[in-house]
Parts: sequence; structure tokens; C-alpha cells
Amino acid sequence: MTNNVLLQVRDLHATVEGREILRGVDLTVKTGEVHAIMGPNGSGKSTLAQVLAGHPAYAVTAGEVLYEGKDLLTMTPEERARAGVFLAFQYPVAIRGITNAYFLRAAVNAIRKHKGVEELGPVEFMDALEEKLKVIGWDSSYLSRPVNEGFSGGEKKRNEILQLAVLDPKLAILDETDSGLDIDAVKTVARTVDQLRRPDNATVLVTHYYRILTHIEPDVVHVLAGGRIVKSGGKELALELEEKGYDWLREEATVA
Amino acid sequence: MTAIADRYLAEFKAFTGNGGGSAPAWLKEIRENAIARFVELGFPTTKQEEWRFTSVAPIAASPFALARGPRASLPTAADVERLSLGLGPRVVFVDGRYQAQLSTAASLPPGASAGSLAGVLGAGPGADVVREHLARHARWQESTFTALNTAFIADGAFVHVAAGVSLDRPIEIVYLSSGQAAATGPAVSQPRTLIVLDAGAHATIVECYGALSAGVYWANAVTEAVVGRDARLELFRVQREGTEGIQVATTHSRQERDSYLALHLVTLGAALARHDVSTVLDGAGAELILNGLYLLSGAQHVDHHTVIDHAQPNCASHEFFNGVLAERAHGVFNGRIIVRPGAQRTDSKQTNNNLLLSTEARADSQPQLEIYADDVKCTHGSTVGPLDETQLYYLRSRGLSPEAARSILTYGFGAEILGRMRHADVRAQLDRLVRERLGGREGGA
Repeated sequence: MTNNVLLQVRDLHATVEGREILRGVDLTVKTGEVHAIMGPNGSGKSTLAQVLAGHPAYAVTAGEVLYEGKDLLTMTPEERARAGVFLAFQYPVAIRGITNAYFLRAAVNAIRKHKGVEELGPVEFMDALEEKLKVIGWDSSYLSRPVNEGFSGGEKKRNEILQLAVLDPKLAILDETDSGLDIDAVKTVARTVDQLRRPDNATVLVTHYYRILTHIEPDVVHVLAGGRIVKSGGKELALELEEKGYDWLREEATVA
Repeated sequence: MTAIADRYLAEFKAFTGNGGGSAPAWLKEIRENAIARFVELGFPTTKQEEWRFTSVAPIAASPFALARGPRASLPTAADVERLSLGLGPRVVFVDGRYQAQLSTAASLPPGASAGSLAGVLGAGPGADVVREHLARHARWQESTFTALNTAFIADGAFVHVAAGVSLDRPIEIVYLSSGQAAATGPAVSQPRTLIVLDAGAHATIVECYGALSAGVYWANAVTEAVVGRDARLELFRVQREGTEGIQVATTHSRQERDSYLALHLVTLGAALARHDVSTVLDGAGAELILNGLYLLSGAQHVDHHTVIDHAQPNCASHEFFNGVLAERAHGVFNGRIIVRPGAQRTDSKQTNNNLLLSTEARADSQPQLEIYADDVKCTHGSTVGPLDETQLYYLRSRGLSPEAARSILTYGFGAEILGRMRHADVRAQLDRLVRERLGGREGGA
């Protein structure tokens, strides 16, 4: 089971509104691994995350992405989700009128239905949810509030983590989930990701900051700059970036 | 206009010479004045600002005859069950006439009564309350439709809750149109409701409007609600008129000091409907929730005109209207908020969100704020548009099919309004109606 290739990205090019953002990304993620993708603003980190989740506004112009050996790019967003891909959004979306509990149950049941497992009723679901809530330190009042409506930035991020915990995906992509969070909230995110870590799943953390990596130890750290992965290394690379910034890599990339 | 006026005048003469003649003198005087006012005003045209988006030509051009009550068969208990919520004691009217044998409001607790207005017009318990309030709040001098209804007051619903009395179960007022035409043309009925809560009273009341058969008819309804000091009223209105029915309605409320009124309007029916809601916050510290939902399809046209009058300081009003418009439906919302001089520390919020499920559906939304005090908080906002692509993608990224995502987002427009309803049993019943309405449309929309 260990060390199977879960995600294989090869020479991925993608555009949004005609602008090329990704210019040949290569990335291999194996089960049991945590990857961190770092890089300066505008380097394409969020685009990569959204392309993997299937955002309709992004067009893939070249390259391929294999997920469990299958072509991910021909799958619809819901097919990807049902196959175990989860993106924690950088800017979670508010849904009027729909409570968090209703939304979460609809998501869980969509995936259960796909797997041919019996769908959960409201009461069973609430029972299953109780422990997940404890993990992120929430009381059940958040469940009766409309999805992300009137939530603070931190609450929205926590809500993404709650969804992550409830849906328990094979491949979790966290798009700057740690941005804008206080230290305690970062620890909560890190603890949740750590608890969900298993030999048969993997996590890709897109982040600006070293601090979350002090709580979740990544196996591989990548630097994305100018739409390409320009450097990969162990966790020590993150510390190096923390100290030196990204400029030296840009120069290195230009020289190369 | 003359021909139309003559027709209703003739109806009025026949009406007063008939059973209507038994009214007390004060009411006769109001009715005489009201018919005169109706003749003066005539039916509005789309040249008038208030009627810009809604043509009442189908009313003005048809020879409507005053409904004389159901002729042959009465509605069955099953009809009443289907068209009411079935949650509490009820008073039932067919074509505006009280139906004692279908009503079940005889056993209310002491201090509370619900029944026929006709029974208390002259004498008996409640006569003084009726005289004090009936036709005193609905401004028939300003509205041709209210004037017409007022001219023909003979019966209707009267609910009175005495000081300090609390009712847990909702009282239902059920207005059914038979759809039976008269010899001279389709029928018009004039449903009339008076609700009075004395100081400190608590009640939940549901008005249900429905049709017993398909066909053209017109219901011209007027409701007056008076909420006394410290009283709390949750008033629901469920409009399920027939597919060819026309409804014109006005709801007038007056609130005294520290009172609470929630008006929940769920509009599903009628080919053409116009509802004018006029609320007055007439005592300091009063709170109003005006919470409306319209779910329309086919060629339905529904127009809501609301006025919230902040006449006293320290009052709060929160107004929310959501519309879901499919096929060729047309929704109109006009929300006017008046903050009178001296109504300081007013807190007023208005939103109107319209979801267009087809390219042919249409919504017009107009806020109108008139603020004459300086220490106030007033906000308003409105949206008109199709389902949001980002929201759809977000739901799909969680495993939901595009159909399920659309259905959830659409239901959210209704659920947001339902979520503000406090009476759980009523809310659950309305939730069921909303789901039925939206579910039944999915294929066609």
C-alpha cells in the first residue's frame, strides 16, 4: 500500500482568461506523503490547486494529470471529489439559506451514494459529526448557521477543515488554509491534517508561511515560481526560504 | 371608467339592499364613503408610478360580479385540509363568507376569540374592539382596491387576543375561492381580516388563501393587524390562489410600544397578484420582521409593494424578500422605508434577492428610502441574477452533481426566508410546500 503514486502531474500548462499561469508543472505525490508548495505571490500556486479540483474558469492547454493512474483532467469537479480529491478553498464560498449541517450531509451522501454505501439520515449524520467538531474545537451552533455566511475569515478556514475531516479524502489540497489565521487556529489546522494522515492518503499544502510546517512536517517542499516548480527538497528547504526569501531562486531559475 | 364604476355601484346598491343592510350605522357610513372613494379613484393604470410594472387590465376589463357565496357544494374537509396547514383551530371562509361547519375555533382559551366578523359587527363581545379598529388602519382613502373591499364589508375574520393572553397553537384563517362564476361574469370576493392583540398578548396566526377549482376569479383581500404594547404576533400569509386566479391584497399593521411583529409572506399562487404591505411602527421600541418569499413559474406575475413607516424612535425593522423566478415569471418588489422626523435610533435593513432560473424570467427591484431623522442606521441591497457559478463549483467540488447543486442553491433562497420563522410547526409545513414547489419545477426550469 505504501508509496504508491497517487498524483502525477506532467508538464502542466494552464491559462485563465487567456493568460498563461502554469508553464510546465511537474509534480509526483505518493501515498503517505505531505508535500508543501511554496512560492511568491502570483507564481501559480492557487491556479495549480484549482486546476486539480477542476475549476471551470481555468483551461489546461498542455500536459497531463494522473490520479490513481487515471486521467484527472477529463473528470468533472464532482467526479474528482467522489474519487477522493478535496480542495480546501483559499476563499470559501458562502451559501445563503443552507445550513452547514445540511450542506455537509449532502456532500457526504453524494459521495456515499457514488460508492454504493447507504446514505446517512440527519440523526445518524449528527452523531458522526460530533467527534469531528471536537477536533476543530467547534460547538454544534456552527452547524445550524448558513454555510460560511457571516463567518469571519478564520471561521471560514476552520469550516474548510471541518469539511476535510468529514469527507476524509485520499488527496487533500489545502490552498493557503493557514493564511490569516492566528497561532491557535494554525495549530488546529495542523493537528487535523496530522490526525488524518495515513499510509493510503496524501496532503498537498499550498502555503506562504513556514510556521504551519513547524506543526506538519512535510516530506517534500517545492518552490513554484513563474508557473513552474523551480526547486524541490526536504523540509530544510522551507527553513532556507524562510531565511532567504524567494529572490535567489528567481535568479537561479533565470540563469538556468 | 364610468361603465366600470356603474357596475360596482349597482353591485353596491344590491349589496346594501340585501343582507349588507344589517350593518351598524358607523359601518354603513364608512362603506358609503368607501364606494364613493372607489368611484373617484378608479382602477390604476401603468402610467401611475406605483403600478408601473403591473397592469390590472384583466380586472378593469372583465365584468366581475360580487361572489354571493358558494351555491351548490361546499368544500369538503379534505379540501380544507389540503389548502390550510392543519396545525390549529381554524376559521374558514368560502368566497369571503364564514363557514361555521368547517371552522374549529370555538374552543380557544379564555380571552382569545377567532370567528366571523359578521357575528360581532353590531353587538356582543368584541363589538367595541371591532368598531375601534375596523377600517381605521387600512387606508381606503388612498387605495382603490382597499376602498372597494371596505365598501363591501359584510363578513370576514376577526381574531382578538386579550391583554396578557398567550396562545401556543397557531390560529388559521382560511380563505377559499370557489371559482364559481356568476351569470354576468367571473366572481370577485372581498376577504376581510381584523386581528387585534391587546397589550402583552402573544399569538401566531396563519392566513391561507387557496382555490377550490381552476378558472378565473378575483380575490380582493384586506387585512388589518393591531399589535398592542409589549404584544408579540407572528403572522403568516400563505398565498396559493388558483392558476388563473387574480389576487389583490393589502395588509396594514400598526404596532405599539415595545411590540414585536413578524410578517411572513409566502407567495406561490395566482396568475396575477399584487400585495401592498403597509406597516407603521407607532410606538418606541417596536420591532418588525417583514419576511417574504415568492416562488413563481409559468407566466405568473407577482408584485409586492411594501411600506415601513418608522414613526417613533428606537424601532427596528428587518425586511427580507427572496424571489425565485422560473420560465416567464415576473416578480416586482418595491420597498419603501420612511423614517419620520424624531424617529431617532431607527435600525432598518432591507434586502431583496431574486434568482432567475430562465433567461425569460424577470425581476424588478426598487428600494425607496425616505429618511427625515439624522441618527439612524438604514441599509438596503438587492440582487437579480442567475445561479452563481462560483457557488455551483464549490458544491460540485464537494461531490454534488450539477443538478443537486442547482437544487440546493435554489432551495437556499427559500430556506433563508423560512429560517426566520419562529413557530417550528408552521415553518416545517411551509418548508414542505416550498420543497414541493421547487421540486415540481426542476424538470421544467
